[in-house]
Amino acid sequence: MSIGRPASELPSLDQEEILRYSRHLIIPDVGVEGQRRLKAARVLMVGAGGLGSPIGLYLAAAGVGTLGLVEFDVVDVTNLQRQVIHGTKDVGRKKVESARDRIHDVNPHVKVVPYDTQLTSANALDIVKDYDLVVDGTDNFATRYLVNDACVLLGKPNVYGSIFRFEGQSTVFCTTDGPCYRCLYPEPPPPGLVPSCAEGGVLGVLPGLLGLVQATEAVKLIVGAGEPLVGRLLLVDALRMSFRTVKLRKNPACPACGTHELKGLVDYVQFCGLRGQEDVTDGIPTITPAELDERRRRKDAFDLIDVREPHEWEIGRIEGARLAPLSSFAETLRTLDSARDVVVYCKSGVRSAKAVRQLQAAGFKRVWNLAGGILRWSEEIDPTVPRY
Amino acid sequence: MPVTLRLPTVLAKSAGGQTVHEATGGTVGAVIDDVTSRHPELASRLRGPDGKPYPYVIFYLDDEDIRFQQGFATPVADGAEIVVVPAIAGG
Repeated sequence: MSIGRPASELPSLDQEEILRYSRHLIIPDVGVEGQRRLKAARVLMVGAGGLGSPIGLYLAAAGVGTLGLVEFDVVDVTNLQRQVIHGTKDVGRKKVESARDRIHDVNPHVKVVPYDTQLTSANALDIVKDYDLVVDGTDNFATRYLVNDACVLLGKPNVYGSIFRFEGQSTVFCTTDGPCYRCLYPEPPPPGLVPSCAEGGVLGVLPGLLGLVQATEAVKLIVGAGEPLVGRLLLVDALRMSFRTVKLRKNPACPACGTHELKGLVDYVQFCGLRGQEDVTDGIPTITPAELDERRRRKDAFDLIDVREPHEWEIGRIEGARLAPLSSFAETLRTLDSARDVVVYCKSGVRSAKAVRQLQAAGFKRVWNLAGGILRWSEEIDPTVPRY
Repeated sequence: MPVTLRLPTVLAKSAGGQTVHEATGGTVGAVIDDVTSRHPELASRLRGPDGKPYPYVIFYLDDEDIRFQQGFATPVADGAEIVVVPAIAGG
């Protein structure tokens, strides 16, 4: 199986390209025709983050002719532990621009088409239709269902990869006879059940491993070499360094690729149960870092509770706080005095908002959430508290 | 010979920190019962309150999806391996 154009319509390679790609050209499975297929190929990368970094670097090096990049984010210093397409000098820049410059340095023959936007139901079909295949390097369920459905509707293979902490999954969805993402996971988990990498962390080298599995599959699909990862889900466990594949089947009842009752893109924010959950801090009494600082200076009597996990407490804390992780907050709650004022904080204010709700439900009347959490405290009051 | 239940690290926290669990049981459901009787916190992560599977936590018995067999009633042979695969979305 190779995707794209008939051999007679493939672009030729000039002498510089023949030299550059010589290690490909001498593999019979790739050869001149395979390299010309790579040059003709149009690959859409959704996300230029952890997975997208190695995908972009290696697809560019391999000579993929056109790389579309969908990414709305800006390079943050916390990205650099794994997002190797961006450098320290790029912090604060748009990721599409940083990635484009790096790709051009790796291989000036590659045409990069930047989309400085979030992929949405409104723009996805229009963007995806111009490409031969899609490589999904997004970081959330809503976009993964969106990418899947767009690929099913347009008949584009979707090279999938996802990661969490030490583990990853990869497969190729949406080929003619193969399963799609909805065949594997008909519905997403409820919001908040599965932490994101920003919340739960990820081993920096893991997206390198999984992204290169995706890049390998993309190259194989383009040149038509080997057996694609279709109908098999690769499970990678970096802690045990184990790789296993389980069988994926196309579900005849799948609304996307089975019954085809899904005729168009839907509202994926709603599908993932995120509508109305955009801000869990709504209606929660808050205290700003400046107000908290003022209360401390006045030596007011109140309890300051840190609901983060112990490994976050080790990174830094607000002086005078008591550690009581949200994961076991019910136990702590019994030890608190509802007659006293209570201020709760976490990293950014989301987990502490949940703790405030628990306190309110237990009858606490004078309880506040520290707006913006310890990150904002570090920014506005005490810069010696490390940001992470 | 016992059966092996393999959990991803994201669920190990609810199972005494262990990802690999030796268990007994004649069906996938019975194996889950055995492991969750020792780790009650894990029960709600593997099955809904109605005992039905979640659409985002998939069970593979010797690398075959149990949804295309008999679900939790799928018979389990001695020495079999059950792998739990939850949806993750990081990138």
